[in-house]
Amino acid sequence: MPLLEVNNLDVCFGLRSGAVKALRDVSFTLERGERLGVVGESGAGKSVLGFSIINLLSRPGHISSGSVHFEGKDLASLAPGELRSIRGNRISMIFQDPMMTLNPVLTIGVQMIECLLAHRRMSKADAKRVALKKLQQVQIPSPEKRLDQYPHELSGGMRQRIVIAIGLLLDPDLIIADEPTTALDVTIQAEIMDLMLNLCEQNNVALILITHDLGVVSQVTQRMLVMYAGRIIEQGPTKEVINDAQHPYTQGLMNALPQMAIPGQKLNQIKGSMPPLQDIPKGCSFNPRCEYVMDICHQALPPFTRSGNCQVACHMMAESAQDKLQLKEV
Amino acid sequence: MIAFFVKRFFQAVVVMFVISLISFSIQDNLGDPLRELVGQAVSEEERQALRDEMGLNDPFLVQYVRFAKKAVQGDLGDSYFFKKPAFEVIMNKLPATLELVFGATVIIILFSVPVGVYSAINPQSWFSKTVMGLSIIGISIPVFLTAIGLIYLFAIELNWLPSYGRGETSTVMGWETGLLTVDGLQHLILPSCTLASIMLPLFIRLIRSEMMEVLQSEYVKFAWAKGISPRRIYFVHALKNTMLPVITVGGVQIGTMVAYTILTETVFQWPGMGFLFLEAVNRVDTPLIVAYLIVVGAIFVVTNTLVDLIYGLVNPTVKLAGK
Repeated sequence: MPLLEVNNLDVCFGLRSGAVKALRDVSFTLERGERLGVVGESGAGKSVLGFSIINLLSRPGHISSGSVHFEGKDLASLAPGELRSIRGNRISMIFQDPMMTLNPVLTIGVQMIECLLAHRRMSKADAKRVALKKLQQVQIPSPEKRLDQYPHELSGGMRQRIVIAIGLLLDPDLIIADEPTTALDVTIQAEIMDLMLNLCEQNNVALILITHDLGVVSQVTQRMLVMYAGRIIEQGPTKEVINDAQHPYTQGLMNALPQMAIPGQKLNQIKGSMPPLQDIPKGCSFNPRCEYVMDICHQALPPFTRSGNCQVACHMMAESAQDKLQLKEV
Repeated sequence: MIAFFVKRFFQAVVVMFVISLISFSIQDNLGDPLRELVGQAVSEEERQALRDEMGLNDPFLVQYVRFAKKAVQGDLGDSYFFKKPAFEVIMNKLPATLELVFGATVIIILFSVPVGVYSAINPQSWFSKTVMGLSIIGISIPVFLTAIGLIYLFAIELNWLPSYGRGETSTVMGWETGLLTVDGLQHLILPSCTLASIMLPLFIRLIRSEMMEVLQSEYVKFAWAKGISPRRIYFVHALKNTMLPVITVGGVQIGTMVAYTILTETVFQWPGMGFLFLEAVNRVDTPLIVAYLIVVGAIFVVTNTLVDLIYGLVNPTVKLAGK
């Protein structure tokens, strides 16, 4: 049984102007200890996906259909109390901006110990010992001192280390990291990513890494999902997706990397921008921006087609697969 | 800490100087104190002589300097009516007013925090919507109307509570208090409710809106992601952050409430400073008026200093200078 199995997940935001679907028919699985990257441009639904796994969508967002099975339990329909015993305990989250994630009026120690006490029966002194051990694991200098400090006394990089330490407190099976390095400067980014990779490998923790950064995805993850307008459009082993992208959108993302541009020339970019979620075109949602657009792209939703170890939602792939089938039959 | 107090002390001196200047300068425009001081039979020459003797004909600055010199030593002049030092007269009435403000503050804290928090957590519930509606009405009804309404209902119709005065008091260490007797407490209820009625809706709304904002914050979301109990999230994570701006506003409002007691005390015949002040205005008892304004100014300065101290204790990102 996979650790996490997401099936046909739909997430809706009920607004006055009508419901907006932020996630459509999202399905994927994650094995124990596996590291999965989720990429896509802003507004593609990456963060919503992360939050919907632990059913922590901000109102008015909610899971409208589908299931999220974690170790056999469907988190989408679990009672609040049971859900709470999984959050922070079996699945922990790391947020984007460490400056905003920690409560400014509580000490680091309080914020770490409360998490332990919420899930385990242990004394405060024991909890403090565990907290200290985790702070050492994330390589914070003089950890004893940190427990009595407030978040504002620490730098951004240190705060993110503390958030990671909080994430590791209860030795979870899965960490969902929502752009954990976006708010940090480049040198710290690399350190934090290395740290996360090491900690996940050492403790056999599965990781869902939500990011814009294809470089980080290729270094850290084993498999990846590419999202566009609330749907997964391509998924597969990271190496295959990055080296041999099949979907025109994924190809566009790869070409947009600065390494792909000729020096002195403009960077390649995908023309146009993602449609607003209220107003997604019929058929393939990428059709207004696609270079290879065909008639069928305006009419029907592309099905997932196998390509090597990858799955791609594109009509071109579907057609060529059909051609091959026909050839065989002849 | 010491540096904070030194800084605060100098600020207070400046504030008190300005208050004394303003309150002293209005006393010339309140009417002729001699009309109240002496009878009809006194001739104009005698009145003139008396004015000279009292220094009322001296230039403004000379009068002010003379006043300020004495005031620094704690002598704010004698009340024309009571023929006693004005400061002493006010100090005798201070306990009554402070107890009234205290009663109102307790009511405000007891009600605004739970109601504000509840309606922030459940903004769509009928209770929250009712409270929000009532608070608008509460803000718009003037104090004297609330007072009369309460007296009518609880004192006249239901006959549960006394309608005026302070009731039985006892003296503890020179402080005349009504808080220690049942009668005194009963007398306190209606006036405190009246005084609280002005600020209560304001505080409920303030706490609600601050709390709603805090509940949207990333750190509250992170707290949910940690799987800790809702009670702890609401009352430890959110409430502490909610209270920071509320403390700031609250401090200023306590000062304002001291001023609002004038109306409440008048309606309930509460023997406090506000009631005394209104009498003093009617009698053109200028030294008493000036003394009242200065004492109220001092109360403002003291409460604001205390609020800043409390704020520094609650908010770890604020360090009082020199600590």
